[in-house]
Amino acid sequence: MPGFDFTNYNRNAALHAKGVPLPKATSTGTTIVGCIYDKGVVIAADTRATSGPIVADKNCEKLHYIAPKIWCAGAGTAADTEFTTALISSNVELHSLSTGRDPRVITCMTMLKQHLFRYQGHIGAYLVVAGVDPTGTGLYTVHAHGSTDKLPYVTMGSGSLAAMSVFESTWQPDLDRQGAIDICAEAIKAGIFNDLGSGSNVDVCVIEKDQPTQLLRNYMKPNDRPQKERNYRFPRGTTAYLDQRVISKEDMKKYVTIETLSGDDKITTGDSMEVDT
Amino acid sequence: MSNPFDINGGACVAMVGKDCVAIACDLRLGMQSLTISNNFPKIFNYAPSTYLGLTGLATDVNTVSDLFRYKVNMYRLREERDIAPQTLANLVSSSLYEKRFGPYFVSPVIAGINPTTGKPFICGFDSIGCIDFAKDFIVSGTASDQLFGTCEGLWEPDLAPEDLFETISQALLSAVDRDALSGWGAQVYIIEKDKVTQRLLKGRQD
Amino acid sequence: MTSLMGNHSGTIGYSFSEPTSANVKQHSFYPYTDNGGSTLGITGADFAILAGDTRSTSGYNINSRMVPKVFKIGGDDETGEGANIILSVVGFAADGNALKEKLDTMVRMYKYQHGKSMSVGACAQRLSTILYEKRFFPYYVHAILAGLDEEGVGALYSYDPVGSYEREQCRAAGAASSLIMPFLDNQVNSKNQYIPGSGEGHALVPKKAEPLDKETATKLVKDAFTSAVERHIEVGDGLQLVIVTREGIEEVFHALKQD
Repeated sequence: MPGFDFTNYNRNAALHAKGVPLPKATSTGTTIVGCIYDKGVVIAADTRATSGPIVADKNCEKLHYIAPKIWCAGAGTAADTEFTTALISSNVELHSLSTGRDPRVITCMTMLKQHLFRYQGHIGAYLVVAGVDPTGTGLYTVHAHGSTDKLPYVTMGSGSLAAMSVFESTWQPDLDRQGAIDICAEAIKAGIFNDLGSGSNVDVCVIEKDQPTQLLRNYMKPNDRPQKERNYRFPRGTTAYLDQRVISKEDMKKYVTIETLSGDDKITTGDSMEVDT
Repeated sequence: MSNPFDINGGACVAMVGKDCVAIACDLRLGMQSLTISNNFPKIFNYAPSTYLGLTGLATDVNTVSDLFRYKVNMYRLREERDIAPQTLANLVSSSLYEKRFGPYFVSPVIAGINPTTGKPFICGFDSIGCIDFAKDFIVSGTASDQLFGTCEGLWEPDLAPEDLFETISQALLSAVDRDALSGWGAQVYIIEKDKVTQRLLKGRQD
Repeated sequence: MTSLMGNHSGTIGYSFSEPTSANVKQHSFYPYTDNGGSTLGITGADFAILAGDTRSTSGYNINSRMVPKVFKIGGDDETGEGANIILSVVGFAADGNALKEKLDTMVRMYKYQHGKSMSVGACAQRLSTILYEKRFFPYYVHAILAGLDEEGVGALYSYDPVGSYEREQCRAAGAASSLIMPFLDNQVNSKNQYIPGSGEGHALVPKKAEPLDKETATKLVKDAFTSAVERHIEVGDGLQLVIVTREGIEEVFHALKQD
């Protein structure tokens, strides 16, 4: 469906067979969680993206929009979670337009699992899908191979065990809105501090019936960098350079080729398009 | 055979300053430990204030830079305007993800100033198109670990163009000197709202 | 379900892949673990600093947030009182401890036998020998030894796992060494810096590296570590700073980010 292009596939497979490792994609470590409460559902995520042991992005967004009242938290290969959720978001929108109904969480979850199953786990997206729809509140996990779960509280990613320990020790039925936010944030913090693949800030998304969805970006920032001890500004002229070229605003226009046509024959132009005003 | 990202070597870095951005790269092209050229720039220009840095496998650096030259030219013909860095970012992202199961071995970096808002913009990608939006700096290439260290140590917010030049240059030069596959001179672009300054740095030739 | 999340890359059926011999199970024991972390040493005219983070990791897990990596060598008792040499070890912590114990014992035996403390230079050579003794089953560590030499000048020696060593001004080792070392080159040895206005292009005069004072060096160490903590997942929790001066050995701990 996304129309992957396999032109480099054989080249890379041949290289791989000769022992060339696969490219390192960003993010495998993550903590994402979700929890339902009396009137809705909360999902939360940390904000660290890694490439091996190196932090590639300290404040990335792992909470993805699917529909106004359906959101998705993603773990696994960062590019896969990004594009899979964008694709399903697009299809969900078209589907709701053609049916004239609000999209359902279970529909979205089914589309995701069918898409991921078709790719046999090669699309490394591990997702927590949450939202409210006319049938009520929904909270699911979707694994890269296409299996799904439906639970009142869920965790995923490398920090899932740390996060689950919070739910298993402190979760109780009939939580209220703030109670659900608190337990989710606490679970993410457990991941941030105890799992090396997770870190930085806590993002939270609250979805409730008859209430606008709230994306609480950087709901908690427990890991701000302390002030540096020294100032590292260099005196101007510290770096040696051998050549310099200044491109002024006028020169920049040169990148666009403007050719004046010779001759005085009139250049015919088409009628301008009618535009609604 | 070794990792395609490490065959030819190379490094690239972008930084944000006050109403300006900078992007810099080394000039080495190698085959494993043998240096082939000390004049292989890795930064490409796609609009008056939109620049793209590409590190990784040199053949893919050439292919991808030409591919985007084509795509950006088509964009300009259709839209009759220059491409904004944000637009290029999404174009790069979707073009790379299209090849999810047979990627180009490149790690792109974008630096520029948005022509309509005048705001500085930088971002980076992995080889399959995941965008890394950063407010401070982006690094890529075989010296990326070293660059993370120097940038994290030397960068500070709101640097003026001339100060940003010193910071990005020092960060790049010190980083590539600790990487056997990068170096051999460097190129820096300081991008301001209505001026771009390109400088050739004096770097170690070993 | 979790089992399905495991590695599946081996099962991709590339048409080019070599046939694998089925039904052959290979058992193996790998005696080494990487416990992450980073260390760093800087010397000056009358001091030497060794620093290390205090996190111990395995994989994505934190074993402990308080495992010091810098040790006093050749002290009079268990506290290390009376020592004038310090050693940092990073890599495989068990090997690091064994190495520290061995070197400590040797330096103390030297004092008993000769009635004087061992010089750093001699200790450095001895450490090299200890490491090379295990040339074919090495201590999996990157060691840094520091103290004051016979002139009272800060001395720092860095080692590879099999005993090759060198005296240096500064050195970073361990997981984040590739992040810290270029920063030190620039800030301690003034690499790539020139004196502004001293010329044009090739004629510019390089900035000379001036010996740092203790306070500046300490601040640089702290900034090097807070930077490493930001970008390396295995570095964090605490910073152990051990400073040798003529007055003796001073040890301080600072907090680092815990994520």
